Amino acid sequence: MSSSSDNSKMWTVRVRKATLEKFEPEDLLPDTQPAYVSSWIYVFGVLTIAAFLMLIVSGLILTLEGPAWWHTSKYGHFINSLHLWNVELFFLFMVVHLWGKFWMAAWRGKRTMTWVTGCVAFFASIFTGFTGYLIQTNFDSQWIATQAKDGFNAVGIGAYFNALNTGQALLIHVSLLPIALGVIVVAHVILVRKKGVVPPIESSL
Amino acid sequence: MKKYDASKKWTGPTRPYDLIKEATVAFVVVALLSIGLAALFSSPDEKAVTLQSWSQAAPADFVQTASGELAGSTISGQYGPPYNTAADGQQLGPIKVAKFMGVRIPINTANDFVIKPLGTLNDPVTNTAIARWNAADAKTQSGWATAYTDALTKASTAVTIADTNDKYGPVPTLVTSLYAMAKSGALDGALTTSDSPLPTNFTKPLLFLADSGSYFPGLADAQHLSGDQWGVMNETGSWPGQSWLWLYSLWYQVDPFKSSGNADILVMSLMGLLSLGFVLIPILPILHRIPERIPIHRIIWRDWYRSERKNS
Repeated sequence: MSSSSDNSKMWTVRVRKATLEKFEPEDLLPDTQPAYVSSWIYVFGVLTIAAFLMLIVSGLILTLEGPAWWHTSKYGHFINSLHLWNVELFFLFMVVHLWGKFWMAAWRGKRTMTWVTGCVAFFASIFTGFTGYLIQTNFDSQWIATQAKDGFNAVGIGAYFNALNTGQALLIHVSLLPIALGVIVVAHVILVRKKGVVPPIESSL
Repeated sequence: MKKYDASKKWTGPTRPYDLIKEATVAFVVVALLSIGLAALFSSPDEKAVTLQSWSQAAPADFVQTASGELAGSTISGQYGPPYNTAADGQQLGPIKVAKFMGVRIPINTANDFVIKPLGTLNDPVTNTAIARWNAADAKTQSGWATAYTDALTKASTAVTIADTNDKYGPVPTLVTSLYAMAKSGALDGALTTSDSPLPTNFTKPLLFLADSGSYFPGLADAQHLSGDQWGVMNETGSWPGQSWLWLYSLWYQVDPFKSSGNADILVMSLMGLLSLGFVLIPILPILHRIPERIPIHRIIWRDWYRSERKNS
């Protein structure tokens, strides 16, 4: 039987120590916040996540009967409208959140990775939204695809991501990108909870 | 007074907080807001354009484009990588990224858009024209097709031009057959199923459509979707589009980008650089101090600063 000291060298144990043991339940689900967290700007982070969840819900409903369903069904068209307005709200909340964090210099106090994951989530969202526009299977998606191909082709991306290949855009939009975005958002939220909300600039205690 | 170390865990005054309650309320508010907006404003759905609808609505534009595909003079024919080697693609100074990536989606406009689809018709007259086209060398093919494209363009509204001196070879027959095929809807099927009987890839019909000289871009223009109309961030009708692409769209409206033959690579590179800069703000000198110099944080944390002043 191996001793506990041997166990501590196993990668599984090291991973456990590097992750779970670093997070106290109080960090992840606190019942108090620093007193300075009292501005409407703080609401936009959670609103962005709420809109992201709503996007997943409306997106999942849209997947049930295929990409062309919403052209022929009144109910499908409503779900498509819901998805569109979710996207608009999602970006509105995210941009306000991002600018709020910029003016708070929210990267202070070793929070650089929190800022970086937030920015990466923003750019991943733009590409996710863009692939969504490509798979509308209507005139708008045709025009966007034929125009966007030039941008992608110019920088070599078009050789691998073909904006005119609706099947490729569809699969990336409904599988790869939501998963990637979900992982980035989870990492961002964990960092926010672990590092805490950045205190006011030039604050003294 | 000593400044608080932002990296340390907060030990000052706190207030009660319920994260689950906040998230639940936020979700309900967003759900109601989305449902309300969807019910009130709906969403646009301009019907997709097909080669059939194009050939029926703008026959002259269709036949001019079809003849141009045979001549290799359309946008796709002259594109370069990833479709063909007719050009090097756009470049950033001496850097030719597209050329480096090579031809990954091979397209020969004459064969892929005209000859192969026509081959599926099994029409004796068309097959004779195809055989004559295939037997000719590239220079002769180009000469026929270029002359016929010029004649069609000059005639402006004609869908066919008489060829008493055999100046255009089999091209008039090929273009007329393709026009008839497009009007019947068979060309849409032939192009989409050319690689797979159950297609999900619309590269060929979309490239053909995008080569349209006036019809397809005219539809986009009417919907304010053209590049010089900030098109990339617009949506058909009056609905909001991808407004978050405003900065990307902006560069296409101003020189030197607007008039450059390398506009796409210039704009994509600039946006890549700006995006990287945005991500790296925390470590970039000057930029990371902007929020301290422009005191918008004084508005955000006004309650806190007020209570600090009161306590001191």
